[in-house]
Amino acid sequence: MNCKTIVVELEDYLDEALDPELRVSIEVHLAKCKNCKLIVDTTKKTIQIYCNSEPAPLPEDMRHRLHDALVKKLGRPRAQS
Amino acid sequence: MNPAGQNPVQPPSLPSQVVKEDEPVLVAAAQAGDINAFETLVGRYERKILRLAQNITQNREDAEDVMQEAFLKAYEHLSGFQGNSRFYTWLVRIAVNQALMKLRKRRPNVVSIDEEVNTGEDLIPREIEDWGPSPEDRYKQTELSDILSEVIADLDPSFRIVFQLRDIEELSTEETAEALGLSVPAVKSRLLRARLKLRQKLNKYFRRSEIQ
Repeated sequence: MNCKTIVVELEDYLDEALDPELRVSIEVHLAKCKNCKLIVDTTKKTIQIYCNSEPAPLPEDMRHRLHDALVKKLGRPRAQS
Repeated sequence: MNPAGQNPVQPPSLPSQVVKEDEPVLVAAAQAGDINAFETLVGRYERKILRLAQNITQNREDAEDVMQEAFLKAYEHLSGFQGNSRFYTWLVRIAVNQALMKLRKRRPNVVSIDEEVNTGEDLIPREIEDWGPSPEDRYKQTELSDILSEVIADLDPSFRIVFQLRDIEELSTEETAEALGLSVPAVKSRLLRARLKLRQKLNKYFRRSEIQ
């Protein structure tokens, strides 16, 4: 196991899709290699930050236009939220 | 995160942050003609579908069109939804198709999500710094939102779309591959690149040396 292998296997490691033996050997390397540990941790954090980010509410005018399009399609006024 | 692989006997679990438990009930009601149920689904997912469309098209007007078209198309084809996938996943696929069509129409020479991706030495990160436990807490919500939008917008479209579907919308690798007409290895190589590039771009905001 070396630093290049960590990058190659990073995708499956982060998605917990590695076989247990390879996973363990990666974790042994991470315990010894500060740089690889930082790469793994900050990449994991990148995913978490994006995954947890809440989308902004629709602007009112855009919501009205969506409402109007749905009314036209569904055939009756849609309750405003 | 995709939990697939933790237990190979189980199918990939539902993304808990995206799909609420009552979704199948609402979908069944909407299929039976309950307009209120469909409106509830629209209200639940409109923000997410708009963000998805915005991240793919990088154009506000196109994103709004895509969002509208996706919901209208979903309603039109609701009776054909078999429940083999989650409704949200199905909706995301519709929105992605609409967004890609829009993108290809506007910029036919720019979109190339199926081109070969080189997976060479340049993937190995150069800047390696600690971010600390909660780097996002250093920014106000609106600032963080702007940073995330700016950084993802700077990605190559072929990486951005894969990251969007896989890590933000929480589709599985296989679902992402199917939605984009890519092979599973192609999705995985793009996802790795997208994740590493985003990490690198966020580094300037989140590294410890940025702390005032």
